[in-house]
Amino acid sequence: MTDGTDRGREGGDAPAALRFGGKAGIYLLLVLWAFVCLFPIYWTITTSFKTAPNVMKGALIPWVDYQPAWLGWRSLGLSPETIGAASTVRDEFMKRFMNSVVAAVASSTLAVMLGSLAAYGLSRFSYRFGFMKNSDISFFFLSQLILPPVVLALPFLVLYKELALLDTRVGLVLLYTLTVLPIVIWIMRDQFSSIPTELEEAALVDGLSIWGAFFFVILPIALPGMVASFILSLVLTWNEYFFAALLTSTHANTLPVMVASQTGSQGISWWSMAALSFGAILPLIVIGVVLERYLIKGMTAGAVK
Amino acid sequence: MSQGDLLHVVTDDDISDARRRFGHGIVWASAALMAAVAAAQYAQVRGLADFGFQSWRPTLYAYIFWAVCLCWSKVLIHGEHGKRTLFVLPAALFVVSLTVFPILFGLVIAFSDWNLSSPLGRRFNGLDNVRQMWADPFYWNALVNMVWYTLAILVEYVIAFGLALLLNAEIRARKFFRVAFLLPLMLSPVAVSWMIGKSMLEVRFGPVARLARWLGWDNPSFFGSPEIARFTIMVLDAWTFIPFMMIMILAGLQAIPKDLTEAARVDGARPWQAFWEIVFPLMLPVSVTAILIRIIFKLKLADIVINLTAGGPGGATDTVTSFIFREYRDRSNVGYGTLLAMVYLVIIIVFMTILMKLAERFTGPRT
Repeated sequence: MTDGTDRGREGGDAPAALRFGGKAGIYLLLVLWAFVCLFPIYWTITTSFKTAPNVMKGALIPWVDYQPAWLGWRSLGLSPETIGAASTVRDEFMKRFMNSVVAAVASSTLAVMLGSLAAYGLSRFSYRFGFMKNSDISFFFLSQLILPPVVLALPFLVLYKELALLDTRVGLVLLYTLTVLPIVIWIMRDQFSSIPTELEEAALVDGLSIWGAFFFVILPIALPGMVASFILSLVLTWNEYFFAALLTSTHANTLPVMVASQTGSQGISWWSMAALSFGAILPLIVIGVVLERYLIKGMTAGAVK
Repeated sequence: MSQGDLLHVVTDDDISDARRRFGHGIVWASAALMAAVAAAQYAQVRGLADFGFQSWRPTLYAYIFWAVCLCWSKVLIHGEHGKRTLFVLPAALFVVSLTVFPILFGLVIAFSDWNLSSPLGRRFNGLDNVRQMWADPFYWNALVNMVWYTLAILVEYVIAFGLALLLNAEIRARKFFRVAFLLPLMLSPVAVSWMIGKSMLEVRFGPVARLARWLGWDNPSFFGSPEIARFTIMVLDAWTFIPFMMIMILAGLQAIPKDLTEAARVDGARPWQAFWEIVFPLMLPVSVTAILIRIIFKLKLADIVINLTAGGPGGATDTVTSFIFREYRDRSNVGYGTLLAMVYLVIIIVFMTILMKLAERFTGPRT
């Protein structure tokens, strides 16, 4: 990614001072934007360790402006003193957390499974379902991306009520799978079309069935794409709020719903909200830092030929 | 829709008549079972008979059973070809049953008066909802807001392009900056609306308010007047989604062959000229893709609005989604909300189709 080749540069007519100025300007802008991106996260972390007077003062730097306290984390039952004891708030938080984990992981897994199969089929065989050919089927899948959630929300509310799926994890997983499926198909189609068909042909000649060739020859090669689409799905489903707010009430609430339900009340205890928000964003920050490569791969699939 | 190389394998299947008959048999048998269960449930709803069903779940299970039988029968009837169909069929069935059916159902709801909390149940009320929509200033207001929000994408695009150029320059610690720039995208909009909207923009002691005061804005209020509130929402949404466009544009920039920019420089093009006449035209296809996808996401904007302003002040920040959400929350009227959503869907489809056609012409093969 970095290529330090600077040949031909010395032939340029820009004076050295100007070039240095340009370089400094670039770094200045980079640092400025990095600050814009990171400060809210920093602010949230530090606020979770503040007490009321510190918040009122608008203290910024721990140990300099104020003495950190475990106030915010204690209110979630996650501070050092409370972590050992039983705590209803913590149980509540963990329940929401697990709901989020289950909904996000299950729907992403399901979407990657269904989506990979469909994308593979579409990139290798020609189909005819009635009047629909391959390109129509692809378009049908991808066009789901345009569908705004609000169109499905109220019909699903009624249907789920009749099916007793309201406020269940299964209900959420089904809808989340639906929302990320087009993205998975988009990424995987790009991935599969970069794999030469000679590979399967060789595998078929060697006596594997078409599903065998898919599982043992193609899938291992397509794994990076699957990881990329999985991670991207995870991000989208973890952060989803709209469906969760409409379709869950007490049992299957996800973390965003919990965060949102606390913001409404006035006289907010800043520290506990900060701790809660940070708990909600931490898993994705970790994923973003560790798996950034896959995220970028997922987002740029099909963008550049 | 480019097609990769298709796999051509000649297969000869020898499928016995009995097997084919069995295949057809299970599809029809399971379909009949589903119809029977559905009929029984309908009878119970109508009060004709009591089978002791608690919910419509048995019909759902029968439907799933039918779907499995359908997939299986493909292999039974068509052999090797059926196995290929099996790649696409599950996903297709899944999507059809979760979108097409609810949308058709939604069309029925859209023309009825249905208050979920009232015991009266659904009542067909013809075009009443349409008339109500026509006279509803808040819905039109929300649609107009969507135009503003969508236009803000142009500014986001310019910023994202600038950031991508910065990241593409020869810099140190590129990975650090890339990760830092990407992070806002990972954060849940709900958390963002608290972290920034409620906490950092707090009028009395939020850091941004203090900065604004220090810069000379005496009485900073970020959600007071309609224009400023809308602008704040735009900024928050931009903050989360700029990384997305930036990453796509960055990928485009990195795909530009170095020789091209090199050649331009050798030919004496100034950096600005080189950018406008070489880099920017080459980046058009990627830019159009990025903007189109961004528009699709923008049209779903709701979370921040719902949590931060609830559409206020005076509906200035309302998006269509947040408006329908509140409409349902306040009045639990499913019928009217669904009609509004359907109209929105039609508008989006028309708008996106026009946009995609334009984009195709714009970036199509140039001679």
